[in-house]
Amino acid sequence: MNSLFTPLSWSDTGFILIGVMNTVTISIVAIVLGTLLGLAVGFLRAESSKVVNVLLGSVLDILRSVPLIIQLILFSTFVGAMGYPLDPFVAGSIILSLYTMAFMSEVFRSGFESVHQSMRTSARSLGMSYWQTIFYIRLPIGLRAVFPSWLGVALSVIKDSALVSVIGYMELLRTSDQLISRTQQPLMILIGVGIFYFIISYPLSSYGRYVERKMAI
Amino acid sequence: MGALIKHPSDPFLTTESGQGMDYEFHWNVVFQNMPELLNGAFVTLHVSVLAMLLGIVIAILLAIAKMNNSKPYCYIATTWVEIARNTPALFQIYMAYFGLGALGIHLSPYVAVLSALVFINAGYLTETFRGGFQSIPNTQYSASKSLGMTSIQVYRYIILPQMLRRIYHPMTNQFVWSILMSSLGILVGMGELSGTTQRLQSLSFRTLEFFMVAAVMYFIITKLVLISSSLLSRKLFKGEI
Amino acid sequence: MISIQNVHKSFGDLEVLKGVSLDVNDGEVVSIIGGSGSGKSTLLYCINAIENIQKGKIIVDGVDVHSKETNKDKLRQKLGMVFQQWNSFPHMTVLENAALAPRIVKKMSKEEAIEIAKKELVHVGLGDKFDVYPTKMSGGQQQRLAIARALAMKPDCMLFDEVTSALDPELVGEVLDTLRLLADEGMTMICVTHEMGFARDVSDRVAYFHEGVIAEIGEAKQVIIDPQNPLTQKFLSKVR
Repeated sequence: MNSLFTPLSWSDTGFILIGVMNTVTISIVAIVLGTLLGLAVGFLRAESSKVVNVLLGSVLDILRSVPLIIQLILFSTFVGAMGYPLDPFVAGSIILSLYTMAFMSEVFRSGFESVHQSMRTSARSLGMSYWQTIFYIRLPIGLRAVFPSWLGVALSVIKDSALVSVIGYMELLRTSDQLISRTQQPLMILIGVGIFYFIISYPLSSYGRYVERKMAI
Repeated sequence: MGALIKHPSDPFLTTESGQGMDYEFHWNVVFQNMPELLNGAFVTLHVSVLAMLLGIVIAILLAIAKMNNSKPYCYIATTWVEIARNTPALFQIYMAYFGLGALGIHLSPYVAVLSALVFINAGYLTETFRGGFQSIPNTQYSASKSLGMTSIQVYRYIILPQMLRRIYHPMTNQFVWSILMSSLGILVGMGELSGTTQRLQSLSFRTLEFFMVAAVMYFIITKLVLISSSLLSRKLFKGEI
Repeated sequence: MISIQNVHKSFGDLEVLKGVSLDVNDGEVVSIIGGSGSGKSTLLYCINAIENIQKGKIIVDGVDVHSKETNKDKLRQKLGMVFQQWNSFPHMTVLENAALAPRIVKKMSKEEAIEIAKKELVHVGLGDKFDVYPTKMSGGQQQRLAIARALAMKPDCMLFDEVTSALDPELVGEVLDTLRLLADEGMTMICVTHEMGFARDVSDRVAYFHEGVIAEIGEAKQVIIDPQNPLTQKFLSKVR
């Protein structure tokens, strides 16, 4: 009765590897872009007036308060309806990066604000300019302070990248999905997928907690 | 059985036939279906609240198990926490729906999503509770004891109130996260807000309109939760946080 | 060297400095004493252009500090300042802390900056701590690092804002000894301080601040031992 379906075989590794590679690729793209954008926005929020802050804050608020899956569907449908359909990878990268930015900007903002005014005054009293103070003092101290939180956001991006499957990107969960339809072996394949995510995520999250504990002392 | 796995999202891929710049918005059909959408929103809230409550209960047990150092319980708790924290929510939901299905345990979409959310909430909250408990210095305990309080009094009046202050904010965040992640119900055909939106748009093909309204509804729900949470915290903690 | 002329400074409605005038000569050590909120720290902040002023003038080395044309970063290079909180840069070693400003502000080569930093660290008695991170050091050591960090900029004048107030009592001595060393070497210094013994023994003149004005100023021993103004007498009898 299994004639319709072909069991899992070694030749499927290539297919799975594509999924793995795609998951890794889109995660890296989103983490890099989200970090850079988040750094800029976080800095703006730490430094700018209340008005700018409220405006920026409400845009970021939307990105954080609407489920990622809805954002992905809306964006991909919207550009399609406007006549500019985007490749799932491109559309997914854009939304995932913006989503990442929304969280990263809060992380970096708190980092910038964690460097006390008196520390900045000390640096200025040595004759450093505003930008030198930022570059040599506030950035390095702030970035260290928020490293564990940054890692936390980065890890959640890797996990959330699974949702890009919804607009058709062939990342790991979607490839395994298709394998399941063909082989009818959901349990084995899903456990394999789970182990993959775990192997990436567990060492990094343990390291993050280790750093956090070390910093707390 | 395998035909269960279908991507309801596939209609979103057919953008090649894009309608071009002259896309016209039709909102009537959305408003006609408002009662159903509101019902979906209610299910979203329902499943998130339940996932939160069950998650809290399990997390308390897991946190105690982790801090007790009694080997088997500690291992179980640690394994639970690490799996929950280090795998995607979508994976958990697939596991509950398709994975258990393969073992002959067929969960309804609602129960599958609920159990995945409970599993993850419990994992994250365990660490929150443990951290909150450990952040209270031992001196608080000895100081209270020296005033002649019983252990129960120390916990009731000193330790737990301080702990609640520290875990309140992370718990609120976890609740908001649950609401947003319950939207994954769309992938297993659950009748919460996203799933309902998906079903309605597939009948009318007004994809943009329906999902825009859903986005607004999610935004309102999370905002309401955050606002009431901060109002409640002001009442509970008298603005001390 | 420094000429303070009828300076007024307010924070909102609160007037903190109400017409302060003071001239500090080259090589002179002036200590400023007074109760909290008397405006003595604010004056240092105004000299270093960290705070602006509403009225009056502060001239450092012929440069009007608060004039629009003044390059404040350039001006601060002439004035070394050490604060109550040492604010070591936690992400750099002791040597890097001291070498940073000469390198990036004065644009010295790395070798030059390190040489100067080493010299000043030895100067304040931290010759054995070059590669240590400041978070591993005591408050007194970190405060001496802050002094070396400022000295590495070769300032003409040093401003000290209650540099021993945040220290444990047993660490106060080593920092005061460093200040004494600088005074003996002829550095021009303005010290806001609560250490009356230090003010008496090390400074040339002492100024007593009361509610935003200099209530009494004179030769150090005279002001501390035999104050003329009843306000000064009252203050000194309380801190002793």
